[in-house]
Amino acid sequence: MASVPRLCLLLSIIPTILILCADFACCNTGRKTGDGLDTDFSGFSVPLEHSFEVDDVSRFRMRGALQLRGGRETSVSLSQSQLSEEDRNTLKEVAAVDGLYKIRVPRVSLTDRQTERQMDGYLTAFVRACSLVESHLSDVITLHTDVSGYLIGVSIVTIPGACRGTEVEDEVDLEAFNTTLTIIPPTNAPQPETALFIERMDIEHEKRGKPQEQKSFFAKYATSEDRHFGDATARVLIQFRGAY
Amino acid sequence: MESLELATHVQRQQYVGKTLFAHFDSHSQSSKKLFLATDKNIFASFNSRTGDLFWRHVDKVGPEGTIDILLLHGQDALMVVGGGRLLRSWDTNMGGLNWEAVLDTGSFQAACFVAIQDTVKHVAVLKKAVISLHYLTNGHQKWVENLPDSDTVQYQAVYSGGEEEVYVLGVVPNSHLTIIAYSLEDGEIIKQRSVEAPWLSSVESSCVVIGQGVLMCVDPATLALYTLPIQAEEAPQFNQILLQSLDLEVSLGFQPVLVSSQPHPARSPISEFFLQLGPDHHVLLQLNADGYTIAALRDFQPAFLVSFATTGEKTVAAVMTPKNETACDINLFSADSGRRLLDTTVIFPLDLNGGKPFKLYVHAFLKKDDSVGYRVLVQTQDHALTFIQQPGRVVWTREEALADVVTMEMVDLPLTGTQAELEGEFGKKAAIQDGLFPMVLKRLSSQVILLQVWLAHLWKLFYEARQPHGQVKNEVTIETLSRDEFNLQKMMVMVTASGKLFGIDSKSGSILWKHYLENVQPNAVFKLIVQRTTAHFPHPPQCTLLIKDKDTGLASLHVFNPIFGRKSHIAPPALPRPILQSLLLPVIDQDYAKVLLLVDDQYKVTAFPSTKNVLQQLQEMASSIFFYLIRSDQGNLSGFRLRKDLSTERIWEVVLPTEVQKIVAVNGKRPNEHVHSQGRVMGDRSVLYKYLNPNLLAVVTESTDAHPERAFVGVFLVDGVTGRIIHEAVQRKARGPVHFVHSENWVVYEYWNTKSRRNEFSVLELFEGTELYNSTVFSSLDRPHLPQVLQQTYIFPSPITTMEATLTEKGITSRHLLVGLPSGAILSLPKMFLDPRRPEVVTEHSREENLIPYAPEMPIRTEWFINYNQTVARVKGIYTAPSGLESTCLVVAYGLDIYQTRVYPSKQFDVLKDDYDYVLISSVLLALFFATMISKRLAQVKLLNRAWR
Repeated sequence: MASVPRLCLLLSIIPTILILCADFACCNTGRKTGDGLDTDFSGFSVPLEHSFEVDDVSRFRMRGALQLRGGRETSVSLSQSQLSEEDRNTLKEVAAVDGLYKIRVPRVSLTDRQTERQMDGYLTAFVRACSLVESHLSDVITLHTDVSGYLIGVSIVTIPGACRGTEVEDEVDLEAFNTTLTIIPPTNAPQPETALFIERMDIEHEKRGKPQEQKSFFAKYATSEDRHFGDATARVLIQFRGAY
Repeated sequence: MESLELATHVQRQQYVGKTLFAHFDSHSQSSKKLFLATDKNIFASFNSRTGDLFWRHVDKVGPEGTIDILLLHGQDALMVVGGGRLLRSWDTNMGGLNWEAVLDTGSFQAACFVAIQDTVKHVAVLKKAVISLHYLTNGHQKWVENLPDSDTVQYQAVYSGGEEEVYVLGVVPNSHLTIIAYSLEDGEIIKQRSVEAPWLSSVESSCVVIGQGVLMCVDPATLALYTLPIQAEEAPQFNQILLQSLDLEVSLGFQPVLVSSQPHPARSPISEFFLQLGPDHHVLLQLNADGYTIAALRDFQPAFLVSFATTGEKTVAAVMTPKNETACDINLFSADSGRRLLDTTVIFPLDLNGGKPFKLYVHAFLKKDDSVGYRVLVQTQDHALTFIQQPGRVVWTREEALADVVTMEMVDLPLTGTQAELEGEFGKKAAIQDGLFPMVLKRLSSQVILLQVWLAHLWKLFYEARQPHGQVKNEVTIETLSRDEFNLQKMMVMVTASGKLFGIDSKSGSILWKHYLENVQPNAVFKLIVQRTTAHFPHPPQCTLLIKDKDTGLASLHVFNPIFGRKSHIAPPALPRPILQSLLLPVIDQDYAKVLLLVDDQYKVTAFPSTKNVLQQLQEMASSIFFYLIRSDQGNLSGFRLRKDLSTERIWEVVLPTEVQKIVAVNGKRPNEHVHSQGRVMGDRSVLYKYLNPNLLAVVTESTDAHPERAFVGVFLVDGVTGRIIHEAVQRKARGPVHFVHSENWVVYEYWNTKSRRNEFSVLELFEGTELYNSTVFSSLDRPHLPQVLQQTYIFPSPITTMEATLTEKGITSRHLLVGLPSGAILSLPKMFLDPRRPEVVTEHSREENLIPYAPEMPIRTEWFINYNQTVARVKGIYTAPSGLESTCLVVAYGLDIYQTRVYPSKQFDVLKDDYDYVLISSVLLALFFATMISKRLAQVKLLNRAWR
């Protein structure tokens, strides 16, 4: 019986925490993470795969590993290797024919670790290969979760996002990804702001309080009579006031 | 002034739906009332002379309000409602409710009037396990009895012939028939008989009572009629009469039907009855006085429909026979002899664009010379009702299919012949083909035509001026149809659930064309697409209706001209596979028709039209054609890109787990929407730019968990090209039904707050910020920064049924939301009240910007109701279309009724007022003109004088 109120308390806390970590981001390039976090919410890793082919038929290969940590503080980090010589050439070729660079992550749940964490299927997103090349592999990957912590979508954009047709000469620019990684939980839509409104109304009433004292003779009479006499008299008087 | 305005362009048509039961008021000879009960749970009374509604009772939607039966006796109309839930009695004169009685539980089977000594005093209601008798005067129950063995016997009919008993007929399929006689007085079982009937499966569909209480059944298997006296004292037996012995033959595979008539509940039914042997073959038969032999009176072949009618002591049979391709004949025959009555032929015109006749309702009356006259109501398969009077005049027609409009579009009317002529003269093709001299000739000829038209117009004005006022009819016909100066009059193309299409003039509300599509499944989904507008003379406008079977997904296309309703000669492509998605591309073929792409379940794309030109264009543009598919059962949203060979490639995928939430609605923006201003000027003179993504989708979900504390509504804004989730908002403690509008840079949605138990409105607005990323063009592929999202929520004091935003030509006029309320009112709610930037605390800047201070409750002001007292029953959708005037938005609300009006969200800023004083202005102008002339002259004289000096 005693656990019921505590549960309610917990439920009311969770949304606020979600908001707090809403914009928690972690980015790195090829650095190892996740050491020393062996709590019960220790992270788990899912593959981040990518595909870029001249013939536009998806063949996903490993790009890196996403280190996800669910629970109270949802966070994500990415460890990824550099692009090989062959990959760099393919990417340039794909960019030349305006092909797509696609990424995918498996559908997972961040919170529910007991049950089957991985569901079938992937979440896929794409960006034009030319913009990835022209931005020198600077991409922003965003993971979206739903209310119960399932990953529901992934998106990738490059900064800058446009394809201007500028040649990328320097091979070094296409070696390592410069990735910004974010995980975004849903935002809570606001409720009607009644409390604040009433408060404001009260303040305004208080401000206006003094001039309201100077009621008309009849109004004053009616309200004071209210207290002293029966209902019938008061009603008659109030009606009278209305007419006045 | 207001009422004047109302009269000109506001129209409301009221409908009732598909007729289930129809009765004529036979209470008095001169009565002109007609009573209908319909599948839309409506009980209505019409004026049979005009077809106008006297009154209408709209009951609850769904099975709770279904009308099971309508019985009419004298001034009382009895109705069993809601699958046997309620018994109601209506006063047919005024349409008021006499009384209402709650019935015992159990599904309704049958009901009939019960009379004692020639007066009808009771009504018997048979349910699955119970029979009850009610007083006609007050609805009180006289008695109620449980039916014996109701778990094995299916009781299906109740019969009373004016004696002291009520008979209940039940059947154990393919075994035996049970007859129970109840005493009228106390409900005691007087007798109970069981008759062997191994051939009988249903009393309801194969048996009727005729003559002095003889049960007549027909069995298609043994090809025989069976008779059985219900009141027989000793153990009765069915008497078999082979159809062969009567020289009758049933059409192959046809289930024969019996039609009988009981003119008065206090007396037994007539001995004559119809037997339908085939789709167009009826026979009038008579049960002889001995009670078990049958005589054939007359054979009607071909005959579509038959019906009995009684007036006074005479009973007649009306028979509808085909005359030719365009008409049917209806004749009266004397029921007891089968003799044709002279001068009773009326002609029913068959509408080639309508449905086949479905049912006849005949109202017979005695003329002064004691002969029988009649009027007839014909119900056709397309739910239309046609009322015909002797000698074959169609008095009125009601298109009841319009009670269930599914989707609609408004199409501009064509230019008049002369206007088109002028346009054609300067058309591209003409200039290339002709030389200089033919051009001059053409010009002259068109000028002559213009002069002719002008003279004709003058003559018409002169002619009309001489006519007495009121006789001038401004009737709109399809020939005189042309676009008006401000494009305020348009053609409304309406698609109804029955598969009938209508073209309705938006100004007068008159139906200009109709077209009935046969073989449309009842669960079909329709999508209406305007492929070519009227702007491409001489090519006719073209609409395409995609009809999709909801279960199989198989689709077909109907291509037609929206102005005339004629089916186009263009052959639509065959669609052998289920269609998942259809999208209209901005690509046009050489004939200016937009290209429609249809995606099948193998993600292959079919283009329509698919000319060489189109395919070539598609190949060139393939890499920039993206589309999305949504499978709400799997919570899956995915995006595709077109390949050059018209196959597709999946490029993104978003999955919303169905165990958490399910997708209930997805809405993009309207393609014809214009946004005039890219940003909003704020109080400090800086500009806040709107995030105007034309590919943005609003996806609304509802949680699977229905617990009020945990239920939520999710709003996802997803880019339809890249699949990027732009925003994800969760409205907690909320549930549907969610109504929402997605337009410009905002989404407005309405939901039910489960915690506070109220309806709430929420508005989301997206802004790029104070700087634009790329001000010239918007590309989903190149917009890396997420927009700023502002949101605010308000309490709304009413539930709503539908919502739409106003739309104007250039998008300059401020927007309003049109909200359909369950009360039938339509509210025009200024978008200004739904602005997430409404400040909590009023500042100098917010005042500068004209922002209304935040208040948690959204008001409903009575002056916002655009339909005044003309409520629109069960409003289901609101359609908005821009007109040629920027200030004016055309609105059509549809549901049970159709209501057309115009709204002016920013008042009529571009129209001169009606009371504008032209005389004063022109006289002032003239006076000024003369004053300048005179003063100029005076000045000249003065100058001259000075020079002389």
